[in-house]
Amino acid sequence: MKNKLFEKYFVFSPYFWLVLFFFIPLAIIFKISISVSEWGMPPYQDIFLFDNGFKINTTFENYVYIFTDYYYIGSFVNSLILALISTFFCLLIGFPLAFYIATSNIRLRNILLVLVVVPFWSSFLLRVYAWKIILQNNGILNVILLNLGITSEPLQLLYNQYAVIMGIVYTYLPLMILPLYGYLNKFDLNLIEASKDLGLNRIKTFFKVILPLSVPGIVAGSLLVFIPVVGEFIIPEMLGGSDRLYYGKILWEEFFVNRNWPGASALAFSGIIILVLPIVIFQILYSRWSQKNEI
Amino acid sequence: MKSSLIKSTVIFLGLFFLYFPILVLIFYSFNENKRVMVWKGFSLRWYNELFNNEQIIEAFIISIKIAALSATFATILGVMIGYSLVRIRKIPFKSFYIFLSSTPLVLPELILGLSMLLFFISLNNVIGFPSSRGQLTIFISHVTFCIAFVAIIIQARLTDFNKNIEEAAMDLGYNYTKVLYKITLPIILPSIIAGWLLAFTISLDDLVVASFTTGPGANTLPIVVFSKVRLGLSPEVNALSAILMFALIIIGLFYFYFNKKFKH
Repeated sequence: MKNKLFEKYFVFSPYFWLVLFFFIPLAIIFKISISVSEWGMPPYQDIFLFDNGFKINTTFENYVYIFTDYYYIGSFVNSLILALISTFFCLLIGFPLAFYIATSNIRLRNILLVLVVVPFWSSFLLRVYAWKIILQNNGILNVILLNLGITSEPLQLLYNQYAVIMGIVYTYLPLMILPLYGYLNKFDLNLIEASKDLGLNRIKTFFKVILPLSVPGIVAGSLLVFIPVVGEFIIPEMLGGSDRLYYGKILWEEFFVNRNWPGASALAFSGIIILVLPIVIFQILYSRWSQKNEI
Repeated sequence: MKSSLIKSTVIFLGLFFLYFPILVLIFYSFNENKRVMVWKGFSLRWYNELFNNEQIIEAFIISIKIAALSATFATILGVMIGYSLVRIRKIPFKSFYIFLSSTPLVLPELILGLSMLLFFISLNNVIGFPSSRGQLTIFISHVTFCIAFVAIIIQARLTDFNKNIEEAAMDLGYNYTKVLYKITLPIILPSIIAGWLLAFTISLDDLVVASFTTGPGANTLPIVVFSKVRLGLSPEVNALSAILMFALIIIGLFYFYFNKKFKH
């Protein structure tokens, strides 16, 4: 019977921690997002009022406010587009890399894999900062462009949306390569030979054999890049300019600058519903499904 | 012949892309000039100034402290989750359990940070604690989102290794606790170390969540660095980058060593 006690201890210690420090905070975001905002501290009214009998004091105005104002919707759309473009470029660069690493011989493969992932271990903030140095007006990239005669005067490379995309693709690339490699590694190289023997040319082999088999890896890698990029705050703040506003920046300013807690909470909660929930539900269903099929 | 040329080119360009910015950063850290972009000559001046910068040193110590503590807590709780998900059949509201332990992996940091801050403020209104935010609140937040990373590593390791070893030990008279301490934990120890290293690095590197949950006397290293480079460049940060990147990459190599060990 000691087992049972032990199991309970193992299951419930983290359970308790995560309910208290993860689930309840999410619930509080929801609570504040449906509260009526007012001037004061805290800047919202209680959702339960007891002065003249019991009254529930909630509103969806914060959501209406966000979803009807172009400032907010536009920023969210900007973030989605940014995430889409960055994910695409990560895939474009990551796929051939992952593919060639996976098809190398085993010793080289492990070395290459470590080499690809190790930069990911160095500080995120500093890797973004490195691009700030590279893209300066008198930075190394401009020096090269000038010396090659491609431009006659330094280009403004920093503080625009392209610099942001550059920084994101650079910092998130390993997150794309790892899952891709994971799937490509499993697959039987003989299939490529077989398809060549059967007369398919390179392009056809790629589209009919390699690509369909790597779909799960592409999906996993894309999600790992796409979702955090939508909420990304640091990179646009360091490398971006005023040409585009993004979701992360808007949320930050709504909270810290405008002190509109209900508005910021509504933004955050919308983000959870639109971005995170579909994926989490999918994951839970998938893990249940695969467990069932195993037994 | 031709395809292997393409292959080497792709790999070379990929690695160049990944390492070039890091090398540029290290290169400029040796620049004598206060104006970062204008090369004046090789010098260790900024390393010297870095070690005499009390603000950065203090922030570094705070960050290491928080990272070590939160990695330890997150590892204990993460191992429990990983173990529960693989070895314990009856978990009440299992979908909810999976939801709690995997969502922090995909939730944007900004949302997590905001929720933690509002939680601490509400908690203070209800029970009068924590009266101000600081190292404790950063620690709690970091534990919360590092748990998921440890759990996933442990889960993968436990799924990998054969349950029969544990069952054999039980048949030989070991009780449940003894199996856990004498068989299971030693086998997954490398993964536990790997999980700790990952959690440590994530905590050390976190800017967004810490910015939300910080308070007086709790400026972590990323917060200080960000305030220095948000609007411009800083030669001291260049020197710091070179040191930090080197240290973190070594931690990364250790992580690989432990995570791969005993795998095949």
